[in-house]
Amino acid sequence: MTDLELWITVLVASVVCLGFKLAGHYLPEHWLGDPRVARTANLTTAALLAALVVVQTVANGQEVVVDARLPALGAAAVALALRAPFIVVVVLAAGVAAGLRALGG
Amino acid sequence: MGQTYRAHGPRRGLYRHTVHDEQPDTSAGDRRPSAEERRAVVRQALSVSVATGLYGVSFGALATVAGLSLAQSMVLSLLMFSGGSQFALVGVVGSGGAPLAAVLSASFLGVRNALYGVQLGPLLALHGWRRALAAHLTIDESTAVATAQPTRALVRLGFWWTGAGVFVLWNLLVLVGAVAGDALGDPQRWGLDAAAGAAFLGLLWPRLASRAVALTVAIAAVVAVLLVPVTPAGVPVLAAAAVAIVLGQVLPRPREPHLASPASPKEES
Repeated sequence: MTDLELWITVLVASVVCLGFKLAGHYLPEHWLGDPRVARTANLTTAALLAALVVVQTVANGQEVVVDARLPALGAAAVALALRAPFIVVVVLAAGVAAGLRALGG
Repeated sequence: MGQTYRAHGPRRGLYRHTVHDEQPDTSAGDRRPSAEERRAVVRQALSVSVATGLYGVSFGALATVAGLSLAQSMVLSLLMFSGGSQFALVGVVGSGGAPLAAVLSASFLGVRNALYGVQLGPLLALHGWRRALAAHLTIDESTAVATAQPTRALVRLGFWWTGAGVFVLWNLLVLVGAVAGDALGDPQRWGLDAAAGAAFLGLLWPRLASRAVALTVAIAAVVAVLLVPVTPAGVPVLAAAAVAIVLGQVLPRPREPHLASPASPKEES
């Protein structure tokens, strides 16, 4: 992405997200109050996050690669299961990946 | 910002009523909260703000690593001000996705804020600029703290303190992270690429409690990994959203409707 494309991406996405926030407070409640809408939004949020986990962990461009990121994600999952705070989970994953790479080369 | 707070937190009573009933529950109504109750809410709001602000550092660093300038990272944080969407945008940008894919990923993740607004609107009952400001501060954390309170006065107190607290600390610490990210150099050496995956997992984790969500997550993950080699960057993430929209229509409705919800905040001692 060029710098201009990046600016447009940042601004358009920000305005859309702000638009959703305003819609929730200003649109008539029945437009968004349908339980099916709420349920689908909930599932969509979870599915997007899951796909982002996958892409961040095993994708390298258009290749699927298993490297230090995967054990790092495993460590993060264990930390989350043990109810570690978010920042600990993130730092732990970075530390595991950095440590494995330092050992491996 | 994160749904990092567990569901074993304080009362969820008012929240459930406002979500499931036609009318918001105002029976807890307009009782004047004691000074002690008010202090407890402010304390909770501030602890949530500090916890959320802290991982603003990781967002700032990841944004820089993905190729955003300091100014772009800050405009994104101040104007979008929604952690999941911000992480999604830099995730897609960092993996080489097209602008449209980045915009759509961030936007889909921003839809839930509209649903929070529907719940908060009647409880806050605001007009004019205060209503617009409240809309901007409508995120996982402020909704979770506000809707966990037993009276309207405490709902408002919780909303404003959490919204303002997260806004200030999140943006301040994103700035710190963006400056630090610039100074770090090679992101892989520090494991920052792995940190991004862990950040998304941390946002996803509290949502996995329901079976419908767990099933959707499993299918979405498989679809994403299968599409990585055969589609341009960014498309696997959007395909996962499409999967969820289809499943939202075809999965059997749970007995208790499962609605978009922030995980309840945990009061940290």
